[in-house]
Amino acid sequence: MTFVHPNLEETDAKMRARDVSVYYGAKKAIDEVSIDIPSKYVTAFIGPSGCGKSTFLRALNRMNDTIPSARVEGCIELDGEDIYKSGMDVVQLRARVGMVFQKPNPFPKSIYENIAYGPRIHGLAEGKAELDGIVERSLKRAGLWNEVKDRLSDSGTALSGGQQQRLCIARAVAVDPEVILMDEPCSALDPIATAKIEELIDELRGNYAIVIVTHSMQQAARVSQRTAFFHLGNMVEYGRTSDIFTNPLEERTKDYITGRYG
Amino acid sequence: MSLSLLLLLAIGLALAGWLAGRARAWGFRAAAGGTRLAALPSYHGWYVALWIAIPLLAFIALWTTLAPDLVQQSVLSDPAASGLPAFDFQRNAILAQARAVATGAAATTTHPDAAALVEPYRAAIARYRLIGILATLGIAVAAGAFAFLRLRPQFTARTRVERTVLAVLLLASLVAVLTTLGILVSLIFETIRFFGMISPIDFLFGTMWSPDPMVSAQSADATRYGAIPLFWGTIFIGAIIAMIVAIPLGLMSAIYLTQYAKPSYRKWLKPALEILAGVPTVVYGYFAALTVAPAIRDAAQAVGIAGASSESALAAGLVMGVMIIPFVSSMADDSIAAVPQAMRDGSLAMGATKSETIRRVLIPAALPGIVAGIMLAVSRAIGETMIVVMAASTAANLSANPLEAMTTVTVQIVAMLTGEGSFDHPATLSAFALGFVLFLVTLALNFIALRVVKRFREAYE
Repeated sequence: MTFVHPNLEETDAKMRARDVSVYYGAKKAIDEVSIDIPSKYVTAFIGPSGCGKSTFLRALNRMNDTIPSARVEGCIELDGEDIYKSGMDVVQLRARVGMVFQKPNPFPKSIYENIAYGPRIHGLAEGKAELDGIVERSLKRAGLWNEVKDRLSDSGTALSGGQQQRLCIARAVAVDPEVILMDEPCSALDPIATAKIEELIDELRGNYAIVIVTHSMQQAARVSQRTAFFHLGNMVEYGRTSDIFTNPLEERTKDYITGRYG
Repeated sequence: MSLSLLLLLAIGLALAGWLAGRARAWGFRAAAGGTRLAALPSYHGWYVALWIAIPLLAFIALWTTLAPDLVQQSVLSDPAASGLPAFDFQRNAILAQARAVATGAAATTTHPDAAALVEPYRAAIARYRLIGILATLGIAVAAGAFAFLRLRPQFTARTRVERTVLAVLLLASLVAVLTTLGILVSLIFETIRFFGMISPIDFLFGTMWSPDPMVSAQSADATRYGAIPLFWGTIFIGAIIAMIVAIPLGLMSAIYLTQYAKPSYRKWLKPALEILAGVPTVVYGYFAALTVAPAIRDAAQAVGIAGASSESALAAGLVMGVMIIPFVSSMADDSIAAVPQAMRDGSLAMGATKSETIRRVLIPAALPGIVAGIMLAVSRAIGETMIVVMAASTAANLSANPLEAMTTVTVQIVAMLTGEGSFDHPATLSAFALGFVLFLVTLALNFIALRVVKRFREAYE
């Protein structure tokens, strides 16, 4: 079903999906997708609108649980542990698998409180000094520290769109996740803000497994090392980004990346 | 009777004007070979109809106020009326009897003078009715013809009709505003009169409320008009006890309904809760007086509080609190539901639990809306009368003990105005001063609530 490029070297899979199908009610949105997501790599999901790439992304940290009609079949493992097994603590899972959304969604709280939110609910900091340290470190890691260090008590919603998105990345980083899922993180941003986020993704790659859903093939080519092409709920092709873009095995992939449809 | 006849006539004429105007517009279209008119034919119809209806309504309003006087004038000039007593009171009584027979409201009259006037009355009524109908027709024809002849293919009937509709809408909204102003002005005048007799200092800061409507207005004792016990009672019952009940229950039910309830439960629970707001307050009053107040008294006596009264601030406050739960909960419900899904997702994706998300993200984000709902509930509660009348007595009492009888501003307004005092006595006038101060307080609360709601609107967009 899925074409996997032959020269894809073996890596340790941080997350492993096997025959994953996602249903919304009776409608099958994802059809038996299997993929390994390696640590310290950026994996891009590309494909036309409605192909199920965001749905699959949301299955990776069980955000689909918030949609009553959604149902997941198959197996998704994080470090070898099935995240859909009964008794799995979703709170712990989401602390380990963070998420950044399409539209920046800072809480209507101060910049400081936005970052401190995660560490507080997970009890990561003992005392104010430690929390201050986490906030500073997270903002620095998201490349936002210099822009906001003098106004940490300002509202997070008062920042520009690009700054808000970096705030959301800092917020995700603050709970020290192992995987960061990004659902079209730049689609609401201008090109300059997009360039900053892409740069940031490249810097973060060293510490996390990053999965990014994107509509922009240029963006996938720029930031990712692995690319999966989705079409109509199927994962059509998966391989090294350079292979997918220069030497696609499947006709549909070739059509999509050359802009024939999408 | 002649009024409804004239109104029916006016409606019929306007309808005829509508049909004629529309037909003429269609005629233009046919004559011009199907070219576009500046307005749809029905707007031409409305234009003519409005030109007929508005002058007619004005005429009918004028005529129905003038006609009875005109009829009476003509009857009095009849020779049969020459023998009537000059004294107004008797003369009017005889005229009224004659009119009753003439219009068929009474079968006969025993008074000979009245009997003699029946015929002239009947004639005068018939004559003026005819005049009214003819005038109606005349006005309709004149105005309708004027409008009808103005119609042209390029006539902008639609904009004119819309302008008229706009004026009608404006008038409708002015009614509410002008009524509010009228209420305020009447309150202010009476309040000024009251403060001419009792100094505002005594009224606003005095601690004894015991007006003396029986002594003469000149010797009224200003120290008996201290409103503090009333305002304390109002705040204690409406803003403290009722809120202690309504805020937690309202908020919790809003949280349950928006966040936890299954859609099938929500479908039943939310309307059920909103029915609470539709129960007449007097029904709550029965409940408070007959069920809650005795239960509280018995409970208090059971734990050894001997002097517990069967009328208590607690009973009124508790029932009032239940009454205003829907105000708190439906505003809280709406504002929690209005928090964007993105906030909820953002929090859940951080690994927050549902309750953490509610407490730390949804409620803070919805807080302005929740506060606005509470403000609304408070102003509703302090304006409430029936429950307090029935459950908390009319005795002014400055006390922090919820088991004691207390009274509120609104209850005293009713008590002062329904007494036998005259309208130049401070005891009666005090009702206006109380109403005025209460009006200012609720106005301020509503103003604050509106400001808070405005801020809420800016929060996410």
